Amino acid sequence: MFKSVKTGLGLACVLAVMAGCSSTDTDDTAQQEMAQQPEPVVETAPEPETAVPLDNVVYFDFDQSLLKPETRELLIQHADRLRGSAQAVRLEGHADELGTREYNLALGERRANAVRDFLVLQGVDAASLEVISYGEERPAQAGSSESARAMNRRVVIVK
Amino acid sequence: MIKNLLKLVSLVAVAMLSLEARAQLVVDITSGIDDPTPIAVAPFSWSGTGVLSEDVSDIISADLRRSGLFAPVPKEDMLSFPKAPDEVIFRDWRILGTEYVVTGRIEPQASGYLLTFDLVNIFGQQTMFTKQVSGGSRQLRDIAHRAADEIYEAITGIRGAFSTEMIYVQEEQRGGRPSYSLVRSDIDGARPKVIRRFSAPVMSPSWSPDGQDVAYVSFETGRPAIFRENLRTGARQQLTNFKGINSSPTWSPDGTKMAMVLSKDGNPEIYVLDLRTGKFTRMTRHFSIDTEPNWMPDGKSLVFTSDRGGKPQIYQLTLATGQVDRLTFDGDYNARPRVSPDGKTLVMVHRSRGVFTIATMDIVSGRMRVLTETRLDESPSIAPNGAMLMYATKRGDKGILAAVSLDAGVKYRLPSRQGDVREPAWSPYFD
Repeated sequence: MFKSVKTGLGLACVLAVMAGCSSTDTDDTAQQEMAQQPEPVVETAPEPETAVPLDNVVYFDFDQSLLKPETRELLIQHADRLRGSAQAVRLEGHADELGTREYNLALGERRANAVRDFLVLQGVDAASLEVISYGEERPAQAGSSESARAMNRRVVIVK
Repeated sequence: MIKNLLKLVSLVAVAMLSLEARAQLVVDITSGIDDPTPIAVAPFSWSGTGVLSEDVSDIISADLRRSGLFAPVPKEDMLSFPKAPDEVIFRDWRILGTEYVVTGRIEPQASGYLLTFDLVNIFGQQTMFTKQVSGGSRQLRDIAHRAADEIYEAITGIRGAFSTEMIYVQEEQRGGRPSYSLVRSDIDGARPKVIRRFSAPVMSPSWSPDGQDVAYVSFETGRPAIFRENLRTGARQQLTNFKGINSSPTWSPDGTKMAMVLSKDGNPEIYVLDLRTGKFTRMTRHFSIDTEPNWMPDGKSLVFTSDRGGKPQIYQLTLATGQVDRLTFDGDYNARPRVSPDGKTLVMVHRSRGVFTIATMDIVSGRMRVLTETRLDESPSIAPNGAMLMYATKRGDKGILAAVSLDAGVKYRLPSRQGDVREPAWSPYFD
């Protein structure tokens, strides 16, 4: 247990330093503040807020990659937890069965990119987010009903 | 005695194997042309011992029937079973309305079989040809398909494609988890062989023009990556490992290059990989989705899908100049183009009144024609003789393969008894 906390601290430090180095507009004080961030992160971990799991799937309309209002709200909550965290996150984009497979691969990526861009705008470190598209190859729900298709047009946030 | 017994056992084993193979994809002809040519393939003689593992004349009949251009006469309607042209009684066949009769003789050879077959024109009262095909002990089906190719070409003037094969993707549940396979089979669905099994999705199989290799996209590394695999040796090479999409590999007609889609620049762009130098050249520069490239037969341009106009449409990219021209204007979804061997016709996935169908378009006139009326039709792949295309569709919730002629006159299905099948890739000629 102790060991893993230490590892986490180390990683967070490295990340904080990297973030500090890559940003050109922060002054020295800001960098120092960032370097000291890891401790509160460890302390806030057991808080009840993070114990409640957030929904990790967001849905899209057909041939669309626009984020719906309810999606934005959910992503803001995700961003609040991811901000300043070193956790690697996979954004898996998916499409429904309509349309061609290779175009849907691109569509899945476009959706996952839309989620990534939104999270980055909310202050999440872009380097911790990886986008993978599965197109229509991994449906969440089998079948050709509109409800199944709606469940399949999605981005899954995998931590 | 023991040796004879062994021989018998191995024959039985072969027979069972071929039965199992045939059980997988069963041809179901749904429509043919209005006036198919009546032809009789009389049962062939066999001068060897034992029973042959395949009914060669039946396979030839099935091939010709599947083309939609022929109406083979059922065996039970034949008044006689001639084994050679001099045994053909023209008057009998004329009464049946039969225009052609095929006769044949199979002989054992040191390590296989020799088929001698004749094509007889009943109304002209003449033998059009006598030809021979030989093959190894496991090649009776190949012998039959080769003979069907010869008969088809002699009568229609079009090279037969019954000896070709296909590669498709099969998905089934194994131990409660999806399992994905690349399967190679004869073009009639017989003799399926698993090329490779995957626990992650596999997609977009593409034959090399010499029929020796297949390229495909596998997610086995956790990300989509393009692989190239030799079909004979199973030797495999990962061609790409870029961040983002690595998809849609298609070989240039001369086999030296591969067009593909990479999104490492931020969004999907068409690239060409020189297989000799390993150099990647970016061909498109647009913030939209550019995907599904396919080569024109002269290798000088690519057709591809792009939503740069707001909806997916098909564009042509001239490689020397980089010029991009839009080709499709009918409908709000045209994608995954493939070009006929003569370069004159485009086939594509086309959405018409909300339904995804396969359509052709005459490249010069721009005239579009819907070929299919099934559901969720996708992944058209054209035969090397340009007569038919294979595509994927749904029947119930199951993915099946189906074929249609480029003039829409002939249609048949190859339903799979096991799992979902999709993304058929019709092979080139092997010679």
